[in-house]
Amino acid sequence: MAKKNYAFYPGCSSQKGASASNFVTSIGVVCDKLDIQLNEIPDWNCCGASIGYGEGGELPRLAINARNLALAEQHLPGQDMVSGCPACWLASRETAERLHEFGNLMTETNQALKEVGLNFKGTVKARHMVEVLIEDVGFAGMKAPVVKTLQGLKIAGYVGCQTNRPFGIAGESFENPQYLDRMIETVGAEAVSSFDQKVTCCGGALAFSEPEKAQKQIRDIVESAYDHGAEMIVTPCQLCQANVEIYQSEINKKQGTKFAMPVVYYSQLMTVAYGGSLKQAGLDGHVIQPKKLQDIAKG
Amino acid sequence: MSEQNQQAVARYHNNFLKEVEERVEDGNWVKMCMQCGVCAGSCPLGNAWAHPPQEIFMMIRAGKREEVLTSDSMWMCTSCYNCIVRCPRKLPITHIMHGLAHYAHRLGMAPKGQPTRVVAKLFWDNLVKTGRVNELKFSLAMYFKDGFVQGIKNSLAMQGVGLGLMKAKRLSPMEMLGGHKCKGSADIRKMVAKAREIEDRKKGFAS
Repeated sequence: MAKKNYAFYPGCSSQKGASASNFVTSIGVVCDKLDIQLNEIPDWNCCGASIGYGEGGELPRLAINARNLALAEQHLPGQDMVSGCPACWLASRETAERLHEFGNLMTETNQALKEVGLNFKGTVKARHMVEVLIEDVGFAGMKAPVVKTLQGLKIAGYVGCQTNRPFGIAGESFENPQYLDRMIETVGAEAVSSFDQKVTCCGGALAFSEPEKAQKQIRDIVESAYDHGAEMIVTPCQLCQANVEIYQSEINKKQGTKFAMPVVYYSQLMTVAYGGSLKQAGLDGHVIQPKKLQDIAKG
Repeated sequence: MSEQNQQAVARYHNNFLKEVEERVEDGNWVKMCMQCGVCAGSCPLGNAWAHPPQEIFMMIRAGKREEVLTSDSMWMCTSCYNCIVRCPRKLPITHIMHGLAHYAHRLGMAPKGQPTRVVAKLFWDNLVKTGRVNELKFSLAMYFKDGFVQGIKNSLAMQGVGLGLMKAKRLSPMEMLGGHKCKGSADIRKMVAKAREIEDRKKGFAS
């Protein structure tokens, strides 16, 4: 089978030694097994995330995202841009769509790009890694390389916000999307379908600025996972993963709870199911140890 | 009152709706709101908003310029996009809230020291410097935003989280010495400056 090629936009959190480095490690293994070739966009920059609006305004935000799109268009022609991070995806896709829809914004953005010798024609489609897996590989395709079924693992599929809204995965509902549960089942684990915080916000960037308000959200998410018998949470989102994992200790400290709910990426589950080692799955990169998954990876 | 604010007042007099429509990102949608309140009920931080979105929209139409622009409500947005997907009139509510917050910030009317406003500025400045966000410098800048003594207190309170991430190799102390960046970081600053210049001209900011 010929390899499928994509212009890869990792994003800041997926760099070496950054908060989502275990995502990028594991998605590399998954893509290898699925004959997906990720070609990193040369010298890509930050998307501005959601919080960039405060200082950034509209056109500067469009410009920084258009730079990535233009670099992909120039260096990796004909390839869809794919990002593993929902914030990167959202900002890139929104930029591509707005520039496509509003000719004046395209002209102004290209004026800014011209300063640095770039031009965006508007031919690149910005996609999320999960879209690529579901639409280009399919659930049967994702199942094919499974050598180790994760039978018996009870997992809460936590989709979060930006993978799901405002764009989401085609054909899925905003209120109760099913694809993550299906991905969990594809690797042989049990999706806890009664988990009722599937699309609840973790607080996003307000985890930094409004810690108490965000920690209330995180508490609801973790508590529901416990209440419905989940042994771990799985998510497609870098900020959800970080927020929900690392602030459990803060909630424990302040509120006397005893949370220790592991939070991993779908790509880590898939890597283990595909026979990857603990290290290949990035399972050595957790603050709360996903012991059961680590044991399966070692076994 | 900032110079930009004075100019805006002089230009629009009492027509705040017109000001929002012309100067705020997606502000032309405001009058489409039918006051159903689904946005307020859908917001994860709903009860933290002194004025939920539908109220902000009505206040804009009622010309309550000062109350809207000095409110900390819009700064409660977590960018979860729940209001956008549920709005029966399809208003891009998240974008309008971001746009209003940014406009109030640029006019110097947003509440001083409002934590999300401060974090948003730190984040943007951090990314524009090198083209990529330096998570370590960003976190430290945040802890030290209220001065040195408070910074030490915040850092000590959060050291468990930081050390946990370092142990998991997801926060590198080496980031303090430069760290990840774009080769074209000077380009990025130049491009952002140009984009800002175009936007300022278009929106009538003097700067």
